[in-house]
Formats: sequence, structure tokens, C-alpha cells
Amino acid sequence: MILVVLPAHLRSLAGVTGDVKLEIDGPVTRHSILDALEARYPMLRGTIRDHVAGERRPMLRFFACGEDVTHESADTPLPEAIASGAEPFYIIGAIAGG
Amino acid sequence: MSNVRLLVGTRKGAFILNSDGKREKWDVSGPHFAGWEIYHMKGSAVDPNRIYASQTSGWFGQIIQRSDDGGKTWFQPGTPAGAPTTSPDGMPMGESNKFVYDTSDETGKPLTTHQFYDGTPHPWEFKRVWHLEPSLDNPDTVFAGIEDAALFRSTNGGQTWQELPGLRGHGTGSQWQPGAGGMCLHTIILDNNNRDRIFVAISAAGAFRSDDGGATWKPINKGLHSQYIPDPNAEVGHCVHHIAKHPSNSNVLFMQKHWDVMRSDNAGDSWTEISGNLPTDFGFVIDVHAHEPETIYVVPIKSDSEHYPMDGKLRVYRSRTGGNEWEALTNGLPQENCYVNVLRDAMAVDSLDSCGVYFGTTGGQVYGSADSGDAWRPIVHDLPPVLSVEVQTLT
Repeated sequence: MILVVLPAHLRSLAGVTGDVKLEIDGPVTRHSILDALEARYPMLRGTIRDHVAGERRPMLRFFACGEDVTHESADTPLPEAIASGAEPFYIIGAIAGG
Repeated sequence: MSNVRLLVGTRKGAFILNSDGKREKWDVSGPHFAGWEIYHMKGSAVDPNRIYASQTSGWFGQIIQRSDDGGKTWFQPGTPAGAPTTSPDGMPMGESNKFVYDTSDETGKPLTTHQFYDGTPHPWEFKRVWHLEPSLDNPDTVFAGIEDAALFRSTNGGQTWQELPGLRGHGTGSQWQPGAGGMCLHTIILDNNNRDRIFVAISAAGAFRSDDGGATWKPINKGLHSQYIPDPNAEVGHCVHHIAKHPSNSNVLFMQKHWDVMRSDNAGDSWTEISGNLPTDFGFVIDVHAHEPETIYVVPIKSDSEHYPMDGKLRVYRSRTGGNEWEALTNGLPQENCYVNVLRDAMAVDSLDSCGVYFGTTGGQVYGSADSGDAWRPIVHDLPPVLSVEVQTLT
């Protein structure tokens, strides 16, 4: 089971409170997490990555085990702690404005 | 007795204001979609409980919301409340937020680039929906004006969207460039006397008309004069801020341009200036009285670099002569230390016998007049900055 922490706006959009729990078969990557997230919560399609090209929206970042994995390949396997659910995968909005 | 429902979009959510026909006491609900920018909401003329909303965010992109009960509950049309979130074959159903430019060989070519602020070619990039215009006949058909400028249509209640590519592809698209607010298609007018006729306006490209239901388009900017562009009389490139039309007449249009208030008596084929005695003819909103086709309203703003009323006095100007002769309406509006703006989609009129006029400000006030503008009062005064105001007259 994978744990995903969403920004507050996306939690309200998806109608969830707290961490999102996902089951993923196969390698746990950013790609597979987002696929599973969007399959479970279709209303999030297009809010994290572009509908068509699948590219990350520019003001979002991804963190795993305290590391910024935003600019790593979406198909890079994430740490075991993410895959086991010991640590959550964070999707956060980049800080902008003052 | 008739009721009135105001749909107010703000920088931090949507608000719905309800009143009876007296328009003295208002019930305020909201914020809906708290924290999100609500660029526009509009209800269907044939099913007033059907309301569409554009919910958007610089972080999370575009969401289309729909209500079928007058704004009490909302859902994304691709994922109806309570319905399965996936199709029988397991595919996600959240298509309602998807706006993809038509690049097909059949209808979408040639679509290349538009101009960026510096005149260099720039690819079309979807950013947000500025305006939603429900069909006059079918509640499931709705048009969307988007940034970067294009016109989309849904015929299934907002579940899926298709571009009407004839607008971007008619020939001048590569010359369009953004205004200060982005390159947005912000005005969509459907003609209730001629269902094949559609007007749109784009900042900063100009006005366009289709006479075949949106298949083909032509620029309608003759007579516009804009000193801030290389050719002041160019076919396109004008920063049109808003256009208004009275339902009774297919040919008379009123325009608030960046500078200049204009009118056309031939469906946009040519325009003449009607700024007359306005203290400044810069502004964003313009609207027409519900029962008097030659009575129009603007809110003059000091200049393109000072987006607030002149002298700190918030004044609506009304012309009962179709332009040129204007009177200041000040009763109930702040006449000192007022430095708010009124954005282009933030004025609306109801259709009660005594026409109500409403507008919202960037200071979070929504002002209303139940007597055609003679007297005003704040309905609410501490909302987030108001982006849009629409009104529904409910019988």
C-alpha cells in the first residue's frame, strides 16, 4: 500500500481527508503512483500533470523520503520506504508569491 | 414573485447571492470551491438550475464544475456525484477538464503560433477558461472561451470539449498577441434572433463574428483605433475588453475597448466611438439595460496604468441615448478614497420590470441597483477580489 500526501486543494477536489492510500502492482514509480491516483480519483486528472503530454504541471513538486525527486525520471523506482508504505509520497505546490 | 440569483466568481472561491424581487435582503452562500479562482459562472437560460463554473488554479490547472440544482451542489460533469468514477472497462471518466486544441489535419490546420508580447512566435498553450456561455436552447450545450484564445464547445453538459477551430484558423491567428491579462477569449455572445450568429472578443486581438454557428469567422474591427499598436487601424490587434448586446437587436453592439467606448449598428462590420462626455474612456465592463436597448452602462477607470476610478470616486456612467451623452450615477457608491477596479465580466443586469444592475469590484464589494442605476447599495462588501458577476432572473 502506497501513501500519498496531496496539497489541500487537491484533497478537497478529490473529497478525501488525510493521506491517500493506493495499491500498485509492479514497480513503484512516480509514473505508476500518478496513474493509480488518477484512476482512483479521476477528478485529479490534469491537475498534477498535463492531460495530453503527461508532463508535470510547472508549479508542483514531488518528494520521497525527504528527497526532491521532481526532476528525476518519472519511471525511476522510488525508495523501498515509499513502496512499502512506511513513508508517504509527497505532492506539494511550489511556494510562489509572498 | 420573481427571484434573483447572483453568481459571483472571485479570486478565492464562488459565492451565490439570492434575493426576492425586491432585491433588498440577500442570502449569501459560499465560498464554494474555497481557495480556487472562479473566473466565471453562468446559468442556462432554458434550465436555470443548470449552472456551469470555471474553477482554475495556477498550480492545479482547470476544473469545470456543474450544478443541476441552482448551485446547492456541484460536481465535475465527467464524474457525477455518486456515480462510478470509472467506466465499465475501468477507464477514468474525468474528461470534463480537458481542453485540447484541434490540430487534426481535417479541421485544425494550419495552426502554428501566435505572437508573444515581444512579437516573437509563441505556441498555443491552454491556461484556463475565462468565460462559459450556455446555449440559448439546450442546457447540455455550452461554449467556453479560453486562454490562449480559442473557442470550445461541449454538447454533453460539459463532460467533453471540442474546439471550434475555424476561429483560430481563419487567417489572422498568427498575428494575435496577449494583453496584460493574457491572450484570453473573454466574451461570447449568442444571438437569440439568429442562432447561427456568434460574437466573440479576444484580448488583444479584437472582435470576431461567425454567421454559421461557429464554423467560419471573420474579424469585425473596422473603425477601432488603437494607438498602442504599430498600425492603429489594423484588422486585428485591438485590446477589446468587453462587448454587450441587447437581446432584441442582432446588429447593435456596444464595446468597451482598452481605451474608447464604441458601438456598431451593423453587427460589427464597422464601429463608431461613443465615449462622448465620459471623464475617461478606459474601462473594462459594459452592459445594456434589460428593457431599454439604448441604455448602456460603463465604469470609467482612470487609465491603463492606473486601474481605479478617477479621483477616488466610484461612478457608474449611464447613457440613455446609446452613447455619447453620459450621466454619472453616484447615489450609494463611495465618492472618496475608492481605488478598486471592476473587471470585464463583473457587471450584469437582471430582467425584472425595474431593471437591476450589479457589479463587483477587486475590493470584494458587489453593488446592486434595483432601479436601473439610480441608487446603489453594497450587497456584500468583503469578498475576495471579484472576477465575474452574472445574474439569473428566476420566475
